[in-house]
This record gives sequence, structure tokens and C-alpha cells, in this order.
Amino acid sequence: MIQHDIVIIGGGPAGLAAAVAARKAGVQDILILERDGVLGGILNQCIHNGFGLHTFKEELTGPEYAARFIEMAKEENIPYKLNTMVIDISKDREVAFINKEEGLQVIKAGAVILAMGCRERPRGALNIPGYRPAGIYSAGTAQRLMNMEGYMVGKEVVILGSGDIGLIMARRMTLEGATVKVVAELMPYSGGLKRNIVQCLDDFNIPLKLSHTVVNIHGKERVTGITIAEVGPDRKPVPGTEEYYSCDTLLLSCGLIPENELTRGMGVAMNPVTSGPMVNDKLETGTEGVFACGNVLHVHDLVDYVSEEATLAGKDAAAFVNQTEKVAGRVVTLTGENGVRYTVPQSMDIDNMNPLVTVRFRVGDVYKDRSICVYYDGKLISKMKKKVLAPGEMEQVILKKESFEEYPELKEIVIRTEEEK
Amino acid sequence: METREFTCIGCPLGCQLTVTMNADDITVTGNTCPRGEAYAKKEVTNPTRIVTSSVVIKHGPLARVSVKTANDIPKGKIFDVMKEIRETVIEAPVAIGDVVIADVAGTGVPVIITKNAERVS
Amino acid sequence: MIGNMYDVTVIGGGVIGSAIARELSKYQMNICVLEKEEDVCSGTSKANSAIVHAGYDAMPGTLKAKLNVEGNAMMDQLSKDLEFDFKRNTSIVLCFSEEDRPNLVKLYERGVANGVPGVKILNGDEVRELEPNVSKTVVAALLAPTGGIVCPFGLTIALAENACENGVEFKFNTEVKNIAKTDEGFSVETNQGTIRSKYIVNAAGVYADVMHNMVSSKKLHIVPRRGEYCLLDKEAGKHVSATIFQLPGKYGKGILVTPTVHGNLLVGPTAVDQDDKENTATTAEGLAEACEKATLSVDGVPFRQVITSFSGLRAHEDGDEFIIGEAEDAPGFFDAAGIESPGLSSAPAIGVYLAEMIANKAVVSKKAEFKATRKGFVKAASLPVEERAELIKERPDYGTIICRCENISEGEIVDAINRPLGARSMDAIKRRVRQGMGRCQGGFCTPKAMEILSRETGIKMEEICKNRKGSELIKGEE
Repeated sequence: MIQHDIVIIGGGPAGLAAAVAARKAGVQDILILERDGVLGGILNQCIHNGFGLHTFKEELTGPEYAARFIEMAKEENIPYKLNTMVIDISKDREVAFINKEEGLQVIKAGAVILAMGCRERPRGALNIPGYRPAGIYSAGTAQRLMNMEGYMVGKEVVILGSGDIGLIMARRMTLEGATVKVVAELMPYSGGLKRNIVQCLDDFNIPLKLSHTVVNIHGKERVTGITIAEVGPDRKPVPGTEEYYSCDTLLLSCGLIPENELTRGMGVAMNPVTSGPMVNDKLETGTEGVFACGNVLHVHDLVDYVSEEATLAGKDAAAFVNQTEKVAGRVVTLTGENGVRYTVPQSMDIDNMNPLVTVRFRVGDVYKDRSICVYYDGKLISKMKKKVLAPGEMEQVILKKESFEEYPELKEIVIRTEEEK
Repeated sequence: METREFTCIGCPLGCQLTVTMNADDITVTGNTCPRGEAYAKKEVTNPTRIVTSSVVIKHGPLARVSVKTANDIPKGKIFDVMKEIRETVIEAPVAIGDVVIADVAGTGVPVIITKNAERVS
Repeated sequence: MIGNMYDVTVIGGGVIGSAIARELSKYQMNICVLEKEEDVCSGTSKANSAIVHAGYDAMPGTLKAKLNVEGNAMMDQLSKDLEFDFKRNTSIVLCFSEEDRPNLVKLYERGVANGVPGVKILNGDEVRELEPNVSKTVVAALLAPTGGIVCPFGLTIALAENACENGVEFKFNTEVKNIAKTDEGFSVETNQGTIRSKYIVNAAGVYADVMHNMVSSKKLHIVPRRGEYCLLDKEAGKHVSATIFQLPGKYGKGILVTPTVHGNLLVGPTAVDQDDKENTATTAEGLAEACEKATLSVDGVPFRQVITSFSGLRAHEDGDEFIIGEAEDAPGFFDAAGIESPGLSSAPAIGVYLAEMIANKAVVSKKAEFKATRKGFVKAASLPVEERAELIKERPDYGTIICRCENISEGEIVDAINRPLGARSMDAIKRRVRQGMGRCQGGFCTPKAMEILSRETGIKMEEICKNRKGSELIKGEE
């Protein structure tokens, strides 16, 4: 069986950054398997700007950001296979893939890095009643059809969900001559960036209706209209608040789900909140030598953080491949509480950890004037004041290895939000 | 005297800014930091945006290739810029940074390619 | 325009029309099927419970009872001959209270009288031993080992393709506007011209009354009975292994919970009578009712994993019985009307029953060259590794995965388009090879599958439809 030191599943921003980092850490034998016909992943269709402010200190479009990493991977001569779908990964890291040229192959990996990204939540998962006509698209599908293939998916549009993709598509369709009638958002706040609300909706006088949802889809063949209604605190529609919008298209931008079919197939332990695998401070899953990064691990807000996280996964996978022996250290658990919905990682080996470990998380609601507090076995260690916390924005705390020196018996780290008195 | 309302885009806080204009005097209220004031002043005096879109490409790997205005352009010119971009047809190959429109809609700003596209026969 | 003369014209390309057409194609006859939609399996046949019922429901002596039990028994051989997915997974009818037990016993007795093999009554604990997720409130249940699950698309398309291979002509987008009696038989006026036919088979589903009433003074009345369903992800597919029914009783009409033959979990249907023969919209109330009632039967149904919901129409006839046979005052006009549940289960038997009736009347003999078998679709992902590798060597397009969720390759989509009665719409591709049927519901693969359909058929991208005309997916170029 052909063997490679590191096999990376996915050639999007996470896979590319992991590959470059692993090579820089001294691993020669790396292979990227990408299911699409080009590297760069979903960034290829994200033609708007706003990427890369953290990584490159300048504002890039999605394809430009991707090109920077593709360039780095090519400079490092990292091999990759396109149009190649991984269909199975075994617990002992045998990776089965198929493509046109080679048919079905199985290769053995010293380490595997999972970087498959995420997908959009479909209509069915939202249980929207009504007909099932043509003209209902997830925002990303419409984005691909418009930006890459040049097809107009509709002329009169209603958008459900005010996540960033939905907002971006509202502007995109408007610029191409469509009329976006309304953006409805189930929650009392938008999951998108303020900048996108202003520049994608306000600039074009597109109304955003918070605490609203779609309650009916009209039209047997093609969408002819949408009824939206206000929702109460229980997020159920309030009778009598229905409003009808005639339109030919409904775009859905209602959340992203990590794409973890392969991960589940391996029997890796999953986190029900993130829908991604459980990982330790090395971003290693419960299966030895299998690492995860990017949106397959948890859905990120900014690609810059994906690159940062994937760089770490690449380094750690390289260390795993190069290590001679490993002595397990003291393992502590990390959990979120009181508004902190989850943490990544969920455990740390405080003896073998890197000097600094970034813990990423999201909050469950919009909070004003709260602190992010870190507790070691119930003792408050740090407190960071925040004017505002929002579910749309990923937060982080950085834990230092030296901070554990005084806690030889440490079992549990808890991160929670606390109100400022 | 004229007043206008804005939502600040500087951070997730999204302060509601009120701008009062009195001849040459512009005052901003509602902001919690200096970024809010700077943003609101720019929005009332000279609002600008970067426009991103795609153009038709012949002999490229896909029907379209992505472009952007190399710098920001006056907000009021967005649709003029879009009209010119929509009328543009280019030939592959192209590389990131290639100029496809030298001066779009009289703004003095070029439109440039944001994605490499090889020639495909 | 005066069209061809056919011996038999079948109105409706659903499972019933297709089954009858296939049976008729065994005889020396010239047959056509008229279908108003762009594909077979586009009405009642496409949205139902996908159950092959054991046959204990219908009253002994009825056609429903007879044809259900016969149809059920035919499924094993038929699924081998025509290579469609079918599995005997056992049906279980739950009884929730001691006061309902006599009704369960009645159901058992009916099963015995109808000749259903192997029916027996279990107590609550015995049921839960078989199906650990069945509710603690269940006191007893009827078990029918011959109950099964089938892919209704797979069954219908298999029957239709085989009929086509045996010379039956299918005319799509052909809607019957009027039927008139003539000296030679019938003249059928459609939106595509007039068709002459000696005999007519009325398998028009919810429109069977309209067709019948054009030629007969003994009027039929079909009520479209709408049923709503939720389909759950394959991850939830093993929540139950048998099909779990509820005994009709104080809880009203029952909701079933069943695995599908493809490994999803299906919950439904509700039952609402309506006038509109086209209204297949789902409602918030209906979907909520389906989910709520399902929880009576089975604990812990993971409703978070719903991937789609849909509703279908059953063709309910006022007399609550299949109406199969020659119309009394219209000789040569054969009804297959009022085919609601257990219609899918009965389809093969209805085909034989009605085809024989017509053959006897027409005095025709069987043809020697009838081909009883049909090659099923290639399912690359379900092949053993070596076979799949071999297949990709032969046809590299089986190596390009288009639909990630269901693991469907470009080759399989090309097959769906290029086989007999090939797909011409996105839904038609989906029904044949399951592209877009998975948890992302076509989010990633729809654009690619559209391109393949356009490339293979020459249909312009702007003209590609989800299903019937008017359901174009894109609104032109930017």
C-alpha cells in the first residue's frame, strides 16, 4: 500500500494552510486530496472583499486570499490531487479515495488532517411549510451559480437568514439587477457582521426584519411568493402578523454545518454543539494521528482564524509524524458555561502542550458589558471585559503553559461569561 | 442644519450614530470610540465602497472570472461601475491584478482581476 | 391531427399505469402510456409511505385485500427480475391500551382471513425486545413478517423501463383533455394531439374520476387525501428496523415510523381530505402533527435530523375500495381507480389482474419475445471495492463524485439521462439515482448535475426544470 506521512482531506483554506505549516515543520511527504477541480475551496465563489485583514494586513477578496495560500503550497511543491473524493478513512488511517484517473485507491497515512469544511443547512432542516417549487436555493448554491457560472437564479428575491452569506448575496443580486424585497431573520439579532448589514442591506435600502421567519412558500412550479410572519420569544410565528411578498426566489442563509461524514465513519467522538470532532490542544481527535481544523472542526466567522488554526494543526501533525515516543501527560477538560456554548479544544495535555494555546468559542446570545472569565478547578484565573459579545463572532482566550505550574492537580478549566456589576 | 443616522461598522457593538451638519461644522453623537466619529464623518462627506463582481471570460475554465475595483469608488457610482463591468468581456488567460477596465465610470479607478484563470481550449 | 392507432392507451405513468403497461407488454398489442408530467412516477407514486403492506388492513373479500396479499407475494421475484430496492423488514402494529386490544385481535383475525403469512400478536415487552425504541406505553402489537419497504421511484421506474424495453411507447407532457367513444374504440384528445385507441386503461390517480366521468354516466368521485411526511437523515435510519404502525383507535388515524429502503427514517402521514388535486403543500400544523403522533409510538425520534418534508395525495374513492375493471356503460374503458393505500403494494397484482382482463377481451396471445428482466441502475458506491475500482477503469466518469452526501458519480447521472425513458428534469435524475437526496439536499451538486443534464441532452441551462415546465431553475444569464 502506498504510504504518505501526512494526508490532508480538503484543499480549501484550512487544508492549504495545514499543508504549508507541516512542510515548514519539516515533513516532506504530504498529499492533499481535493474533491473540487481547483484548490481554494469555497473561497473561489466568495468574490467579495473583507478577507485577510488579520493574516495579510490588507483587504482581499476570497479568490485572492485563496491564491496566496495556493501560491505558498506550490512554492513548497506540495503534491495534491484534484477531483478526488475521499470515501472512507479507517481508524488506522487508511484513506480510500476515488477519481477518474486512478479509480479507487487506498493509501496509508502517517497522520491525517481533516479539513473538509462545512455545508449549508437546507430547507428541509428548517421545516418550512408550503410547496416545493423551483427557486429555493441555499445562498451558497446561488452564489456559485452567479459568481462562477454567470447564471441569474432569480429576479425578485426574499432571503431567510441574515448570516453573512445571506447579506452578501442580497448585495450581489441587487448589483446584478435583481430586487431583494426583504431579509427575514428568526433571531432578534443578525448573525452577520455589522459592516455587512450596512454595506449589503442599508446601502440598497433592503429591509431587515428581525424576529421574522418564512411561514409559507407559494407556487407549484416556480416560487411565486413567500409569506413571512413575526415570531414570539418562543420563536414560533405569531398569528395575524403574516405578510406576503411576491417573488420568484427564496434564498436560505440559515447556518452552516461541519461536514463530518468521514469523521463519523471513523468512529471519532463528536461534539454535539459544534457538530465537529472533539479535539485536544494539538487539534488531534480521539483517534490517534487524526487532526482537524477549519470549518470541519467548528464553523468560523473569519477565514483568517481558519488559517491560524490550520497552521497549528499542520505543525502538530508534523510533530506527531516526527516524534519518537510520546509520554502522556496530565489531561484536563475544557468546558463552556453561562453563555459560552462550547470550547475548541475540549481537552488539554498540560504537560505536552505548546507554550500558548488558543481556546476558541462562541456565545449563545448577544450580551453587553460582560466579562469572559477563566476558572481553573473553580478558581478565577483571568477576566477579560467585553463591551459586546455576539453569537456571530468567534471569541478566544489564550492559555499559557506556565499558568498551570501552580496547579499540579488541575482537572478542569471552565470558561464562562459573567455580567459586569 | 441636517441630521443623519448611521450604524457604525467598526465593531460588533454597532453604535447608532447621529451626525449633525451645520455649514462646515459636523458633529457626531452616539459613538463610543473615535472610530465611530471618523466613520460617520466619512459617510456624510465622501462615502466610498469597493465594488466586487465577475466578468464574462472567453476560453476560461468557467464562464466568469472575479474582479474588483482596485480602490474604493464613490458610493453613488456603484451602479455605473456595475454597468461597465457587466458589459465587459475578456479573454483567458488572466492573472490577479490584470487591469480589465482602466478607468471605470470616470472614477479614475481601474477594475482588476481577482482570480487567476488559465486558457482552456 | 389524427395520430397513431393503439390497441391500448394507458392514462397515467404512475406505479399503477407502469405496472399495467408492463403486464400488457407481454401480449401482442400496441400500447402507449400518456403522462401529463415530464416523467413517470410524478404524482401519488412519488410521495407516499413506500411500504409494501402485509395485507391485514383491508376487509376480507375485498379487492384491496386480495390484490395486496398477491402483490406483496410477487415483490421478491419482481425485485430480482427488475433490480429495484425492496426489503422485507416486518410490519408491527402497536396497541396502546388494554381497551384497544380487541381491535388488535380483530386485525390479527383479518390478517389470517386475508391469507397473510406468519401474523402473530406479541405483548409489549416482546415488541420492545425486537424494537428497543418502541414506547413503554405499548401493551401489545401485531407482527407481520411479510411487511416490507420499497423504493417507490425504483419500483415505478423499473416497471416503466421494462415496459418501454418491451415496446410500450411513453408520451410525456401529454395531458388528456377529452375522451370520446368511436366505432373503433376511443378517441383521446390531448394537448399534444389526438390519439386513437381500442382500449383505454384509466390509471390517472387523483384524476381517475375526471377520466372515467368523460365516458361513463356512472360517476366516480375521488377525493385527494393529503398526507404530510418528514424524512430524517440516514444517521437516524436505524432508530427502528421494522415499520411501526399505530392501531387505529382512540388516538385517531395512525402515523407510521419506518426506515426507508435507502436507510433514512420516515415519519407520517397525516390525512386531510381536500378538493384541490394539485395541492401538495406542507403545513406547519401537519408536520407538527406527524412528529407529535410519531412520538406516541417510538421514543427519542431525533427530529433535529429532519432533512426534508413533503406531502403526497392519495386517490381516495368514496366507496373505500379499488375500482378495477371495465366501466359498465363504456365497454373497452378499464378503470384502475381509487388506488390509495395499499396501492403500491398491490401494483404488480393489479397489473396482472387488469392486463389479463384486457387480453381476454381483446383475444390476444402472449408474445414470445417478452423480456422479463431489466438491468438496474449501477450503484457504484454500494459495490465491493475491487468491483468499483474495475468499473471506474472501464468508465472513468464513475470516478467523479457529484453528489457527496449520497456518493453519486457523474457516470450514474449520465446513466439516468441516457437509459430508456431517460431523465429530462432534475427531479427525474434524483428519483433515478438519488443525486441531491442526501442531507445537503442538492446544495453542492445541483449546479453540477444541471450542467451534466444540459451537456447530455442539449437542453439549455436556462431551460432546465426541476420537474414540469414552469419550474425552470435559473432566470437567464446575469
